[in-house]
Amino acid sequence: MAELPGQIRRMSGGISQLIEQIYGFSRRCLFRVISMGPIPSHLAFIMDGNRRYAKKHGLEDGSGHKAGFSALMSMLQYCYELGIKYVTIYAFSIDNFRRQPEEVQSLMDLMLEKIKSLLEKESIVHQYGIRVYFIGNLALLNDQVRAAAEKVMKTTAKNSRVVLLICIAYNSTNEIVQAVKKSCINTSDNMEASGNYKHEDRDSDIEGTDMENQEKRIQLVDIEENMQMSVAPNPDILIRSSGETRLSNFLLWQTGNTQLFSPAALWPEIGLRHLLWAVLNFQRNHSYLEKRKKQL
Amino acid sequence: MLSLLSSESSLSSFLFLFLIPCLFIIGLIKIKAARDDGDNKKRDEGTFVVREEELQRELMPRHVAFILDGNRRWAKRAGLTTQQGHEAGAKRLVEIAELCFELGIHTVSAFVFSTENWRRDKIEVDNLMSLIQHYRKSDIEFFHRSEIRVSVIGNKTKIDESLLQENHEIEEATKGYKNKHLILAVDYSGRFDIMHACKSLVKKSEKGLIREEDVDETLIERELLTNCSDFPSPDLMIRTSGEQRISNFFLWQLAYTELFFSPVLWPDFDKDKLLEALASYQRRERRFGCRV
Repeated sequence: MAELPGQIRRMSGGISQLIEQIYGFSRRCLFRVISMGPIPSHLAFIMDGNRRYAKKHGLEDGSGHKAGFSALMSMLQYCYELGIKYVTIYAFSIDNFRRQPEEVQSLMDLMLEKIKSLLEKESIVHQYGIRVYFIGNLALLNDQVRAAAEKVMKTTAKNSRVVLLICIAYNSTNEIVQAVKKSCINTSDNMEASGNYKHEDRDSDIEGTDMENQEKRIQLVDIEENMQMSVAPNPDILIRSSGETRLSNFLLWQTGNTQLFSPAALWPEIGLRHLLWAVLNFQRNHSYLEKRKKQL
Repeated sequence: MLSLLSSESSLSSFLFLFLIPCLFIIGLIKIKAARDDGDNKKRDEGTFVVREEELQRELMPRHVAFILDGNRRWAKRAGLTTQQGHEAGAKRLVEIAELCFELGIHTVSAFVFSTENWRRDKIEVDNLMSLIQHYRKSDIEFFHRSEIRVSVIGNKTKIDESLLQENHEIEEATKGYKNKHLILAVDYSGRFDIMHACKSLVKKSEKGLIREEDVDETLIERELLTNCSDFPSPDLMIRTSGEQRISNFFLWQLAYTELFFSPVLWPDFDKDKLLEALASYQRRERRFGCRV
């Protein structure tokens, strides 16, 4: 008699495993069908709504972010299974540093824990051969988090199947400023190397030509090359959860022609159906956008 | 407890996965392959009527930006020419701008012509340019009467000398008005704007007016083409015709802007739709990254 509850537990464990396997199989079949049409190559996520989720379910403050992390792992799995090569996530904004210090600290601790877990053997990084980039002003992070991030970037540098870009301590306007500064330094280096650059000749006639040359040298291409996000193409779809429809200083330069999608679900509630809906909408508009791109 | 929750959600997703293919096969769900199917019924879905009294004056956005999309589709649907579609769009712009100013909005900006639009048919582009010119001339008294300041921003290199001259005249004539500002983005591209700001900063650093280390977000913002405005960053941006893209309109300036995508075509965007957009804006909680 005492064995019965144990047997029932094992059976129900077995049944739920079976259901998981059937579910995984049908999901992969569905992805095969969908990939008959065009698949976006780059998907970006703004993971909004963790704190509201915790409040809604009466959980303690940090649990919203933990639930958000599991939702993220599932979404990454679906994206890579579907064949999407680049995924970018907005993990932490420079504006978020202005939150309560306790919350910022707990977020930093959670991020450190999760970044370290990426290096483990069973992690999703090894499962899918993910190359990880950390994009943002990493100098603003504490030493431990920065060191962990750099270690992950170095360890995954050889992977090439799929790419995960984690935007941490990131602001699009900040990214643009850094890119501009870098372009200025690069061009003045080039000019010094070629011997044209003369600070003292301000009043001479050479100044006019120098300035023209300087202007011509800073082109769209320079700034784009020096952007941290230049390692990936522009996103095809940007999904922001929790129903807010704004960019919040995320990928402003890159999302000029990106499809924006804002489901009402909070981030921990995000699921396969939202991803499918976004991809199906992308497929619907794809032929028109390709025609326009050819015109450009 | 958590495993129960996850197995419930996986069960529901599992059902969903089987239902959708079955429904496809039965033909109950059809995905539209072509964009211009003329699915007129869907245009007005999701709109509801808001009364002006329901809006709060103190919560009005200070700057509203519009992407005027849908003129050509509207013309096709109504059996008119593209040119007539653009004319209807231009009329609508003036009406909506007037409405916005009445409701207490200080700045209205509109994406009239994008740098990417040069790729369109030459005839259409020429017609658009002459339409813009026509409206400049005929509306100048209207702008003076209503005390609206007009600014035209964009890349001025490809535009006709005569149009540029008229734009300049209107800007000069109306620059004294402080309370209402209409910004027209003609031959504008968000990336061009940022590039242009960076180039002028480089020029300034060459002249020794600023140091390279001082270049930061505030400095770049001051060099953007929207520096003619007291409120360079829109609080609300409305794009019509159902497309959910920025299409290279303001990029830097939209960092914290609330976006509203309306399914109606621009010439059909009337007072009701505007009030609905404003009501949606007033309901939103703007956190700028920090408040809960």
